[in-house]
Amino acid sequence: MATTMTDAHAAHAQDHHEPSFLRKYVFSEDHKVIGIQFLFMSLFFLMIGGLLAAIMRWQLAYPTDPSRPLPGAGLFPETMVNAGIILPEFYNSAVTMHGTIMIFFAIMPLLVGVFANYLIPLQIGAPDMAFPKLNMMSFWTAFVAGLIIMAGFFVEGGHSAAGWTQYVPLSADPEWTGVYTGQQLWLIAMTVLGFSSLMGAVNYITTVINMRAPGMTWLRMPLPTWALFITAILILLAIPVLTGALIMLLFDQTIGTTFFTVATGGEPLLWQHMFWFFGHPEVYILILPAMGFVSEIISAGSRKPVFGYNAMVLAIVAIGFIGWIVWGHHMFQSGMNPTLGMSFMVTTMIIAVPSAIKTFNWLGTMWRGDLHFHTPMLHAVAFVAMFVIGGLSGVFVASTPVDIFLHDTYFVVAHIHYVLFGGSLFAIFGAITFWFPKMFGRMMNSSLGKIHFWLTLLFFNLTFFPMHNLGIAGMMRRIYDFTQYEFLTQFQGLQVFISWSAFLLVATQVIFAFNFIYSLFKGAEAPQNPWHANSLEWTAAPSPPPHGNFERTPTVYRGPYEYSHPDAADDYWPQNAPGHAAPASEPAYAE
Amino acid sequence: MGWLPEAVSTYADRIDGIFYLILVITGVIFVVVEAVLLLFVFKYRHREGRAAHYTHGNTKVEIVWTAIPALLCVLIGVLSIGPWLEIRNQANIPADAYAIDLTAKQFEWNASYPGPDGRLGTADDVIKRNQIHIPGDRPVVVTLRSEDVIHSFFLPEFRVKQDAVPGMEIPVWFQATRTGEFTLACAELCGTGHTRMGGRLIVHSAEDFNAWLQSEGAGPPLGPRVAEASAEDIPDQEASADVPSERPVAVGTASPSTDHDHP
Repeated sequence: MATTMTDAHAAHAQDHHEPSFLRKYVFSEDHKVIGIQFLFMSLFFLMIGGLLAAIMRWQLAYPTDPSRPLPGAGLFPETMVNAGIILPEFYNSAVTMHGTIMIFFAIMPLLVGVFANYLIPLQIGAPDMAFPKLNMMSFWTAFVAGLIIMAGFFVEGGHSAAGWTQYVPLSADPEWTGVYTGQQLWLIAMTVLGFSSLMGAVNYITTVINMRAPGMTWLRMPLPTWALFITAILILLAIPVLTGALIMLLFDQTIGTTFFTVATGGEPLLWQHMFWFFGHPEVYILILPAMGFVSEIISAGSRKPVFGYNAMVLAIVAIGFIGWIVWGHHMFQSGMNPTLGMSFMVTTMIIAVPSAIKTFNWLGTMWRGDLHFHTPMLHAVAFVAMFVIGGLSGVFVASTPVDIFLHDTYFVVAHIHYVLFGGSLFAIFGAITFWFPKMFGRMMNSSLGKIHFWLTLLFFNLTFFPMHNLGIAGMMRRIYDFTQYEFLTQFQGLQVFISWSAFLLVATQVIFAFNFIYSLFKGAEAPQNPWHANSLEWTAAPSPPPHGNFERTPTVYRGPYEYSHPDAADDYWPQNAPGHAAPASEPAYAE
Repeated sequence: MGWLPEAVSTYADRIDGIFYLILVITGVIFVVVEAVLLLFVFKYRHREGRAAHYTHGNTKVEIVWTAIPALLCVLIGVLSIGPWLEIRNQANIPADAYAIDLTAKQFEWNASYPGPDGRLGTADDVIKRNQIHIPGDRPVVVTLRSEDVIHSFFLPEFRVKQDAVPGMEIPVWFQATRTGEFTLACAELCGTGHTRMGGRLIVHSAEDFNAWLQSEGAGPPLGPRVAEASAEDIPDQEASADVPSERPVAVGTASPSTDHDHP
């Protein structure tokens, strides 16, 4: 085999002895192992984030009701849950940490840490990442950040309670929240995590630019890789801004600087500008990869080329650019100059357009297709359906006058969850079930997958759709006990309904966890290309691929979405199949 | 199910109007897109012998479905600018608005009214906690401040929301359309007691408001509102010269010296 090896293979061949367990699975430099390490870590955090949400929902269903003690209250110290009642200090921590963990430790690493690592080299025909050691360090840095963020739950004073946006002065002085160490651990963990993201981003960008296989031109790249590439650029440019702000705030808290303290010349709105200058690109970091996965799955599931591939790429790039000039829409009611608010409204309206283009192109892809509703396809189609809702609700809050009323209400909570859960998380479930056979060489159980899908779709909508109504009625976000406000007491019944939907939504995820773990060991053995897809990870590498990925560097002859081509004998045409030769047939779909 | 609360400020209907316009536009798009999606899901689901139609796209339809959302977004944006500037541009604060100060701190709202000297920001100001009393016959301008963290001044029925930021003085104006008691809330997470940082906003008729001022020992009674008052109609701003000029004051109403109808 040595004769056909690529350079990278040759490099690995020099130390040909079987690597130790530690080198192979723990301190691995293999992008696939690193991706899978991120997968396990972020699924753990997904669970923690979900449980925190359930705690909040218990309080909202039965606000400080002694006859309804929090189940499992005994597990918490009295400073968090007293006599079964969730204390407001702990509620604010739960609000803060649910947001923080879901965004930074679950969704972002699931999209980027897992799939940028796992997919990019495989989809462009590279043996590994450009900087494997840096890649390994990226994971272990994220792991350390994860330990620090978890430590915050166990320190005196509890975890950070200033909201995931950490608005100053609330976050700047323990006097305002009662949280000391937790507040600092939050900042340190986020700073460390930022370094992890940067190491990853440098890697992804370099790999995509330099290591594409022969024939893999820019416009033959699969859309997940395109989306992850643009996402990596956003990460590279946005994270340093956040890190700067985090360090300034940490200095304000610990060594007496006053960047954000008014009394000594600081400026609270500076934090908001820095946070959202990072934070809005972050929103696209959390949705672009999802859009990429969905494009891939819908094309393969519809047996049709992606409708308007070039427009899809352009839309990704456009979102990547415009995403930098919309951050002020988070600050319409902050006291920022209203004329500036007007400009941000205009840019925000503009960024709706590429999202609309993508939605119509997904519909176009399904039009006159041959739709196979395997589990990944169900999730991808649900993504489109839910993303439409999340996108349209965004138009309300983009309009500055309407935002006056809806800002900081449950309408925004509904909006973000339709985008991040209905959007990103559905895409993640689709992507995990789609690439699971590649990662582990086994199929996930499709009956369990479909049950999990339908129940998640149902309970997701029952949980989050009514929140639009709460917001339209004026219910504020992040309030511990809504019954303090007379005009909100009429929603007691609706709150109970939402909470129980949320509990069932969380419980449904047990099906996914079981399916995941069960299939890991007992799943049916996966064929090399179970979805009859075209891209290199399916057509040029075995499942799971060995260290080094490809036996020989594949050559690419065409784009990744040549499904149902009239000249091809089968309904798919691998990127690396030369000329007009028909691909060999494989076993039927795993549905 | 929840819906918009009763609208009781003069500009609430304009905000609600845009809300309903967006609701109709996005509602139609929602129904059409989801219906097409469902149609495709059923019509093109895999059946024996079905072959997908091979196509890479269609420039014409792509231009159409780029242009339509772009035009709709421009339309919504353009329609939003007017009410936004009417409400938020400080130049548009009605000149005859009755001025009060509102200072937020963990976890209370303190509303200040001019004392007998007719001026805000002096030692004889009358301060009410978690209660804001306003006259119903004229606009009111509330100058927001915060002593500690960021709070957000929220009057759901008035469609008023504005953050109170330490170090900033932010004027917010509104005019009630009826008398009554309404909700005052904090909309920005401000600490452990955030949830109880609520209060009442009471809109009085003109006579009731003067009676209330008197009962509180607050500043001089208000005269009848000069209809359509504009800045030029109100001559002697010197009366409040010791107040920083950028600060909204109760021009033409609070101070007897400016009140020409009731010398």
